[in-house]
Amino acid sequence: MQFGIFSVSDVTRDAVSGSTPSEAERIQAIVEIARRADEVGLDVFAIGEHHNPPFSSSSPTTLLAHIAALTQQIILSTSVTLITTNDPVKIAEDYAMLQHLAGGRVDLMLGRGNTVPVYPWFGKDIRKGLELALENYNLLHRLWREDVVDWEGDSRTALQGFTAIPRPLDDVPPFVWHGAIRTPEIAEQAAYYGNGYFANNILAPNFHFKPLVNLYRERFAHYGHGAPEQAIVGLGGQAFIARRSQDAVGRFRPYFEGSPIYGKSYRLEDIMHGTPMSVGSPQEVIDKTLTFQDGFGDYQRQLWVVDAMGLPLEMALEQVELLGTEVVPALRKEMEARRAPGVPDAPTHPSLVRAKYGDGPARQPRPNANRGDNLTGASPYQDTDPDLAAEYPLVA
Amino acid sequence: MSTSADNDGTDPVEMAPRRVVVISAGTNEPSTSTMLADRITQRSLEHLREMNCTATARSRELAPLAVAIAQATVSGLSPADLQSAIEQLASADAIIACTPVYKAGISGLFKSFVDLLDNDLLIAKPVLLAATAGSSRHALVIDEQMRPLFGYMRALTLPTSVFAAPEDWGSTELGDRIDRAATELAVAVHAGIEHGIAERAWSGYQHQFAGNATRAEQTATDVDFESPLMRLATGRRAKPGALD
Repeated sequence: MQFGIFSVSDVTRDAVSGSTPSEAERIQAIVEIARRADEVGLDVFAIGEHHNPPFSSSSPTTLLAHIAALTQQIILSTSVTLITTNDPVKIAEDYAMLQHLAGGRVDLMLGRGNTVPVYPWFGKDIRKGLELALENYNLLHRLWREDVVDWEGDSRTALQGFTAIPRPLDDVPPFVWHGAIRTPEIAEQAAYYGNGYFANNILAPNFHFKPLVNLYRERFAHYGHGAPEQAIVGLGGQAFIARRSQDAVGRFRPYFEGSPIYGKSYRLEDIMHGTPMSVGSPQEVIDKTLTFQDGFGDYQRQLWVVDAMGLPLEMALEQVELLGTEVVPALRKEMEARRAPGVPDAPTHPSLVRAKYGDGPARQPRPNANRGDNLTGASPYQDTDPDLAAEYPLVA
Repeated sequence: MSTSADNDGTDPVEMAPRRVVVISAGTNEPSTSTMLADRITQRSLEHLREMNCTATARSRELAPLAVAIAQATVSGLSPADLQSAIEQLASADAIIACTPVYKAGISGLFKSFVDLLDNDLLIAKPVLLAATAGSSRHALVIDEQMRPLFGYMRALTLPTSVFAAPEDWGSTELGDRIDRAATELAVAVHAGIEHGIAERAWSGYQHQFAGNATRAEQTATDVDFESPLMRLATGRRAKPGALD
């Protein structure tokens, strides 16, 4: 079971001090939070992708590559990578590069994005958002698994003889999670490919996402990847922890009430009780998180938001500490004890390499000498099976 | 055309008691809107009974749900009492919708409530439109605002709507209109139009997975995995073709 944190990179006014961090301060704060998460033994740090203020993260791979260089063991992920408005070719290249630089400590979560103008800003049609997400992933999946891709579809220009470089580390693509909160087609796609399914589990009633998670589990089994309870499920959540319950509520309340998302329209108590948000002592957060396992079944990844709503850096770091030293160790033990036999862990780069090569050596693609294109001669890599030659475009 | 005579009495439409749900956005006690809705409900039940169609009516006043409706509008979270009202509408065989007219329009409370319903919650349901106002000059509010709203919801708005300004309460013609509208409601319910349309055309409308509609897909067994988008989800082209 993996535990970690995810951030949307919001740059929000601190409702207590009244000051808003600069973008520069917030970017450095996020790096600090990720480093601390690594130090206290959390398994995952994930960052969002946005293209409008008040967010600071538009280029997750740049940020995560920097964090990779400063950390030792933590898996770096996204929450989410926009599979609609990004070119899947660029996603294939950027995340493969990140995967190399991070030594395999990379996976990614794909999502559609919910900011309407981002679609037209990037030349896309939001009414085609779902088609874009599905078709772009189909292409991304192939780009990471086939050295030379011929492709045509509706979402981008056709490809003939295209090779996404670099090839994934050890020729093993990063593991992919599909994030969805309402769309059965996304759950179906995750199930079809045997990928992970992630429900953000925030801003919605308790267990609201259960029908989608169950749909994914059933279809995962339908496609022969394992039993429904062996499907790879991730859940989000939001946490604010203090040693004493009343301190947690007291210290969190001004940030909650000052938040532009929650603002004045939600009551903290309603959200604490009616949604997966956990505010309380370490034990209370542990107990609430255990209800997720009861409700959704055994799952593989739990991420919390701990740095939103303008929390100052020191407070966010304290949250990371409390998660890493008190909440997660107890949850690891308890969830492991409750977990049914045969439920796998989430795939990691080492586990995927083992699954592909056993004890043998991993493939290390070496290009042939430069021919200027992939369209003539054999495949671009020295070891490519000659039977898998590219289909060449017709030349008049 | 199907009649009760030629379906051997086995038509499921005739089996279960029909449910009429009344939503009224009146706020006074007693509210004119609720009085009007009650009169319409009474006549509708009488007509249904004359057709040997067992029916029950439940009334949902929106005023006690005002805070819940506001919370749900800004938070997306439906408090339990609001959720139960939505579920009642979902399982209704007919709806009587009555709002007061404020500032030349339907009540904001009424519109806010409808805004919270899933797009497929009311598909083909007979809806009887009614409104009360302080002046007969507002008589077109029903046709200009309520009909388009329920048209968007793909509901079956009945031909006759009932509008009551103060003077109408002293006119027998109000009773005539109520009777005509109630007849339309009873006939539409008895004929099982909603059932028939949903049975044959449900997949042609937009739906929300695990939504509140009684026919909403809840599990994998309900889902059409051969739809164009589901095909695309599984690495195929959206439309079947030579490349499959």
